[in-house]
Amino acid sequence: MNLSLLILLPLLTALAVLVVKKPSLVRIISFIGSVLQLGLAIFLYVAYSQERANGNFDTMLFTEQWSIFPSMRISFHLGVDGISVAMIMLTSFVVLAGVLVSWKVEKMTKEFYLLLLLLAMGAYGFFLSLDLFVLFFFLEVAVIPKYLLIGIWGSGKKEYSANKLALMLMGASALVLVGILGVYFAAGKENRTFDILQIVQNVQMSPDAQKIFFPFLFVGFGVFTALFPFHTWVPDGHSSAPTAGSMFLAGISMKLGGYGCLRVATYLLPEGAKEYANIIIILSAIAVLYGAFATMMQKDLKYINAYSSISHCGFVLLGIGMLTKTAITGAVMQMVSHGLMTALFFAVIGMIYERTHTRIVAEMGGLMKAMPFIMTVLFIAGLCSLGLPGFSGFVAEMTVFMGSWENADAFHRIATIAACMSIVVTAVYILRAVGQVAMGPIKASYASLGDASWNEKLAAIVLIIGIVAIGVAPFWLNELVTPGTEVIMNRLGVH
Amino acid sequence: MAYSFFIQMRMELVITGLIFLLLFFKLGKPVSNEVVLTVVSIALLLTTSLSFFGEQEGRQFAGMFVTNPLMFLQKSLLAGAVYLICLLNYDWLRKQEHLAEFFILMLSALLGMFLMISSGNLLMFYLSLELSSIPVAALANFELQKRTSSEAGMKMILSSAFASGILLFGISLVYGSTGTIQFASLPAQLQAGDALQIVAYILFFTGFAFKLSVVPFHFWTADVYEGAPVPVASFLSVVSKGAVAFIFMNIVMKVFLPLGNITYHLLTILAIATIIVGNLFAVRQKNLKRFLAFSSIAQVGFILVGVLNGSTLGIAAVVYFVLVYLFSNLAAFGVVSVITNATGKESVDDYKGLYKNNKLLGWVMAIALFSLAGIPPTAGFFGKLFLIMAGATQASLGFIVIVALNLVVSLFYYLRVVRAIFMDNNEQPLEKVNYSSVVKLGMIICLAGIVLTGLIGWIYEYILSIS
Repeated sequence: MNLSLLILLPLLTALAVLVVKKPSLVRIISFIGSVLQLGLAIFLYVAYSQERANGNFDTMLFTEQWSIFPSMRISFHLGVDGISVAMIMLTSFVVLAGVLVSWKVEKMTKEFYLLLLLLAMGAYGFFLSLDLFVLFFFLEVAVIPKYLLIGIWGSGKKEYSANKLALMLMGASALVLVGILGVYFAAGKENRTFDILQIVQNVQMSPDAQKIFFPFLFVGFGVFTALFPFHTWVPDGHSSAPTAGSMFLAGISMKLGGYGCLRVATYLLPEGAKEYANIIIILSAIAVLYGAFATMMQKDLKYINAYSSISHCGFVLLGIGMLTKTAITGAVMQMVSHGLMTALFFAVIGMIYERTHTRIVAEMGGLMKAMPFIMTVLFIAGLCSLGLPGFSGFVAEMTVFMGSWENADAFHRIATIAACMSIVVTAVYILRAVGQVAMGPIKASYASLGDASWNEKLAAIVLIIGIVAIGVAPFWLNELVTPGTEVIMNRLGVH
Repeated sequence: MAYSFFIQMRMELVITGLIFLLLFFKLGKPVSNEVVLTVVSIALLLTTSLSFFGEQEGRQFAGMFVTNPLMFLQKSLLAGAVYLICLLNYDWLRKQEHLAEFFILMLSALLGMFLMISSGNLLMFYLSLELSSIPVAALANFELQKRTSSEAGMKMILSSAFASGILLFGISLVYGSTGTIQFASLPAQLQAGDALQIVAYILFFTGFAFKLSVVPFHFWTADVYEGAPVPVASFLSVVSKGAVAFIFMNIVMKVFLPLGNITYHLLTILAIATIIVGNLFAVRQKNLKRFLAFSSIAQVGFILVGVLNGSTLGIAAVVYFVLVYLFSNLAAFGVVSVITNATGKESVDDYKGLYKNNKLLGWVMAIALFSLAGIPPTAGFFGKLFLIMAGATQASLGFIVIVALNLVVSLFYYLRVVRAIFMDNNEQPLEKVNYSSVVKLGMIICLAGIVLTGLIGWIYEYILSIS
């Protein structure tokens, strides 16, 4: 399996979009491109499972490497393990759904799709790269498309939100940069390298140095995934973005942070991770609870989902902070699950808004009668979000809790219980919002609104397939991710 | 000797010949502007490409003139930049009454920079520095009917003279305390603890700081950029800065190596001050030319971060950054030039809604600014990162953190312009601006440079191999 295809494909699609003129052609090209991406991602999963079944237990599979700056040992080094495969599949699902729900974007269609595809390319590149420099490159590639997507096609106070997002994420990148340079320069002059695998093998970083640079990396990546107290870009950014933009932000972009915390911060600096684990747990437990309670107060559907994203992404960091195999596996599963679920949620909100032109919960009601398909999808997204068994949310959060419980001391127990309590709050706000939107008497002006069009149906179905596939049969995902977490656990030296 | 003289000074000789040719043009029948532009562009292209063929290593005039592959590369960068300025400002240049004089002045300055880069002793260095700065003051004053242009010329010549005076004082003290002006024999005569030498060095350094517009010697920059014609402003910000950065690197790190400790402290303080002041003032600017002036001050601060590393790594990073900066800044100035030339508007507010009617200009400006801000996939990302990496080998963690966080501040003000172009509403956005296809060609070359310089790895490796 040639991994660079996954980066080339969105790039080529973007170039094709750049060349053609007609908006309808732009849509079709992007659609074909994202279907091919999904095909490639599934093919990657199959090829990966086969390779593992054939007894190939290398840390990274399908590696390929081209030297770019040999003097600094920077190379374009790609490779995947189970964690990256899971993230890549998530990305391809969300990209396809995002392209589909944006079918009606009339304003600067070409530029819109171009930016979406560049964003997708950045995400693939990030999940694939095994070189810190290239990884950082792709992390930053994704920032500007987000800024423009929100600023040009967004709604509400879009300029403010776009600026806030771009600056906070750039600040985060600056921290990541310092961390990466710290790792690079910690090695002796001959051993300096950006290559993740070689750092693990050859570089002995002193515990003191690890303790200095771990916060830079973890906080830097943490900002991307709404680490408390650096979560403030999330509500503004998500609520101002256009539908596909919110889906990409919450579904893919926040996962860049989680993946980075795991693959770079925790994997490369295990001593640092152990030193700061308790602080991570405290912060993420606060994020989980704070996000949940803040959601209770929201009246706008997009804000509801944005704040609940803070809460849900808190579980990712909580899982990482717990430093047990099950908890970290759960964190990865939560990333995939939350990515799919929140993308579905934002897609549905977009569909509702397009018809009712409001996102305020109180102004809606009884929409089940007018748009049964959309409301059913809303219910599915809601139930997944509150962790109903049978959907992915339950599986992922359950795994995180089980992993957390393996730590027997009082501190970890209390944090776990505190985080658990958020589920009750989640149930309250989700059921209240979904019920108010779908049930009750319908307003006369909404009665004649139409149901979902083919593209919206397809988008929703694609995401629901993903959610149910994890919810009903979680073992494949668990099996996929576990070898990857085992490698990280070995490096941490705790079991 | 005669033969190698022609080979080693081939770039200088072509430019000198060109200057004489332009003078002859003025003697005979009036020549049309198109002919002048064609001749100049061909000669500049020839100069740029000449550097890559033939012998590159050598000394002439008893070591007054030194050259090596790196110097050839630096000169060809400068010549290429002047060529791009010709392309990007084609519409403005074509209208000028005294075009031949314009180029005579600009090429004399370029010749001065060539000789400055190759100079082998302090006397030669000082003479060529003067040659490279006095014509520029005349250039800044080129739009004779405009008061601001005269003001710019006056400020330029005064600050230039002041800087030269300080520099010359420094040079004389260096000569007085060491007894030599040869670069080759100076390091052996310098001692780390000698007070007179330290004073001499700091004066010398200050002269440079003026030319590079390092804070706190930056006050002339914004006024001159604002008043001068756009091509001159872009020449000042790219070619002059680039040349001084090259020679600064060479002298400070090689000739004054024994005083490295002082250099280190001076540079860390000045780099931080320059970046911060440049950034903070750029945030407040409304005029796009002033805005670019302060942004270029901040960029100079980043160059100083790379200069901190005196070894080949630092030299390569600085040269590479200048290459990237050349494309990015010239592209930004190119857009300003097109719009100023067509409409006379140059404030950020006028750019609101630019994208609506001028798609290419909007993208060129945005990509150029992203490159200046150091956002991938533009080459600016690689340029900034290599500078920081070179600096990080010497500097402390706190220094690097401050520099990295300043990247965010710079993004803030670059985004202001991007936001104006793409997002802000405007009742009357600029109409579609017409410009010739030559300008378009220049912009496409710049765009290609911005994207490809970073992604093609061997460009950096080549620079590193010859530095």
